[in-house]
Amino acid sequence: MTEALLALWDGAFGSSYAIWSATLVRSAPLLWLGLGVALAFRAGVLNIGAEGQFLMGAIGATAMAQVVGRSVPGLVMIPLMALVGGVAGAGWAGIAAWLRQRFGVLEVISTIMLNFIALATIGWMVRGPLQEPTRIYPQSAEIPWSAQWPFLIPGQRLHLGFVLGLLACAIAWVVLTRTATGFRIRAVGASPSAATSAGQIDVGRTVMRVFLVSGACAGLAGAAEVGGVTWALYEGISPGYGYTAIAVALLARLHPGWIVVSAIFFGALEAGASAMQRDAGVPSVVVQVIVAVIILGVLAGSQRRTRVDALRVRAGSRR
Amino acid sequence: MTQRAATEPMGADPRDHEALALEGITVRFGPVTALDGAHCTIRRGTVHAILGENGAGKTTLMRAAFGWLMPDAGTIRLHGAPVTFRTSAEAIAQGIGMVHQHFMLIPAMTVTENIALGGRGRFDAGTTAARITAVADGAGLPVDPVARVRDLAVSAQQRVEIVKALVRDARILILDEPTAVLTPDQATELLRWVRTFADAGGTVVLITHKLREAFAVADDLTVLRQGRTVLSAARALVTEAHLIEALTGAGVGPGGAGGPVPYHPMPTARVADAPEVDDPAPVLRLDGVRYVDPRGVTRLRAVDLAVYPGEILGVIGVEGSGPRELLRILAGRLTPTTGRVTRPDAVGFVPEDRLHDAVIPSFSLTENLVLADGGEARGWMDWSTWRTITRDLLATADVRAAGPDVPMATLSGGNQQRFVVGRERRRAVAALIVEHPTRGLDLTASARILADLRALGGNPRPAVVFHSADLDEVLSVATRVVACFEGRVREVSPPSDPTDRTPYTRAMTGSVETTAVSSGGTR
Repeated sequence: MTEALLALWDGAFGSSYAIWSATLVRSAPLLWLGLGVALAFRAGVLNIGAEGQFLMGAIGATAMAQVVGRSVPGLVMIPLMALVGGVAGAGWAGIAAWLRQRFGVLEVISTIMLNFIALATIGWMVRGPLQEPTRIYPQSAEIPWSAQWPFLIPGQRLHLGFVLGLLACAIAWVVLTRTATGFRIRAVGASPSAATSAGQIDVGRTVMRVFLVSGACAGLAGAAEVGGVTWALYEGISPGYGYTAIAVALLARLHPGWIVVSAIFFGALEAGASAMQRDAGVPSVVVQVIVAVIILGVLAGSQRRTRVDALRVRAGSRR
Repeated sequence: MTQRAATEPMGADPRDHEALALEGITVRFGPVTALDGAHCTIRRGTVHAILGENGAGKTTLMRAAFGWLMPDAGTIRLHGAPVTFRTSAEAIAQGIGMVHQHFMLIPAMTVTENIALGGRGRFDAGTTAARITAVADGAGLPVDPVARVRDLAVSAQQRVEIVKALVRDARILILDEPTAVLTPDQATELLRWVRTFADAGGTVVLITHKLREAFAVADDLTVLRQGRTVLSAARALVTEAHLIEALTGAGVGPGGAGGPVPYHPMPTARVADAPEVDDPAPVLRLDGVRYVDPRGVTRLRAVDLAVYPGEILGVIGVEGSGPRELLRILAGRLTPTTGRVTRPDAVGFVPEDRLHDAVIPSFSLTENLVLADGGEARGWMDWSTWRTITRDLLATADVRAAGPDVPMATLSGGNQQRFVVGRERRRAVAALIVEHPTRGLDLTASARILADLRALGGNPRPAVVFHSADLDEVLSVATRVVACFEGRVREVSPPSDPTDRTPYTRAMTGSVETTAVSSGGTR
């Protein structure tokens, strides 16, 4: 038991390599994805599709890098990849947003379904249009050097995406607390009826926009993962980051500042899990059990609170 | 005024027997008392209408009779014998059936499956369907047993609900607002069926807020107000004016005792205080406004109305006759189907459901203040300025709160309402629309809100339009009164005797021609 936990700790924080090349590298996508999920949840949009939006962002960024190729310098290439990844993620989320707006389809269901379609799409991509030239392995060719995102520290694998993620969380925090747009998002999430009636806020439009931004965050995470970590596209590019992101967002209580802490925590668990399996022989799925227990615990806690609030509100408005 | 149906001298009529009697029924939900010793006696073979405004306790009372909830106090007698229903299954076994306002059907299942649901033993679709057809045809309520419920029109779903009760041998049928979902023709047909069912010896309890319906079909009437029975009598002994008085509390105190609680020394329209109406520029103006709701029911027809600065326009009218739509159109929360609305950009609006539509309980007071500007705000939020404005509002509107940063949920209902009125007043200098200003508030808080409305000042003085189900409230605040009846809006000229309520009650019932229509009802 102690041995396993020590291995977990060592794998996550035991060395500078563990910190800068394992834990934080795995935190990078979780920052973006957790932020995207939190923004959506804040506006009352239950976007469970971060995984699919991430995959579509990864596909978009890879395709971009392969098509434009070596001709373009990194200074142009990297922003382009981020842009295409973001747009791809937003587009994927946009399908669910449109279905919700037009037909009232619950986004919980549509986004989960879209996750599977995205997974199948990536499978087709790496065996079809984006397969590496030898046509042997189900993966894309390595993206050109100019498309590889710069490392932040010499000799460590921490890449640009992590810093951008921190920046995004800071921006989101400022937007939510200090701007009119952020206030509208919070009002729509807290009470669509009061937002409509008292605030005359266009709830549908706010929801639509937040949904797209949420998808863009996830897509950008996909682009950063291809550009900063894998340099190629393959089916297992995400070990379920999009689902872990829901836990990241919930544990952070949807607060952009806490998402940084929460993302690093889950990044450490991911990094430590493989070390634990390697060094202590404890299956890494144990960590997934821990993650699941955390999600359930957070949900049960917040659920109880909101139900108590709802009861109080209902008792007050009776008669 | 209060008369008990059971004590009516009815000779040897079989209707002398009581089918269902409820006495002293009290139901509490947490701190809220929904029913406070309500009573009613339903005679066998009659149609008994239960009337009352929203939240008066009509549905709660009948749910207690149906075993859906256990009353905290009171007794229920079925055919003279005391009973206690712990579940609605027990009530069903005793021959009581209830058709809820929101149907309890599973859309994906067939009619047969829905009706068989909750039964015991072997389920044989063929025999069940045959029995359904037999019962339905016998009762004159055609249903298709193999149709899926989701494919049926609402009126057909309602027939399924009734047949469901009849298949279980219900002899006492409780219908909760059955005509609310029907077109006028379908409603007439249903009421005709209800009459036939009662004439054949069945007993029907009809929960409704539509007076005409009650008059058209019921033998007895019970009116609930604020959880109490304020009127219970044979229809023949009641006029529409009596009913309106009982519903709105004008003239009749709870249980006939006491009297109305005066909110104002002179509870009458304050015509003397009214500003000069020859002011050429109305603040709000409706020209030929018609509104048809999404279900196709015409709620307002050809309404012309002008509201002038400084006046307090009281809107009276029973539920469903148009006041709600009228106010929401004036407030810009509803777009009329046809007609022209002239109104200033910012119109303050105090909706009836405060916690749902006016405030966000989990947000701070400052955030709730900003909420009113939520749709227009751009760029950065200057929270420290907003906090100062909130603090000022708390002082001017006399809202008791620990400060601008506490959540709205920590305030009492009266303070929340004063906050909302103050907030809307702050934004909208020209016009303020207020729905049911005292709903859910206790007497003291109600009196304060009404005093606040009366005292609304400023330069220019705002035009206030407000609606309340309580006639006394309206008369104690309004400088001018208009009445809604069947979607038409008419001004009520104040009577020479300030305590005379008849012009108002008559305006709400459409006066003479309405009485004629209802007495020539479906019987």
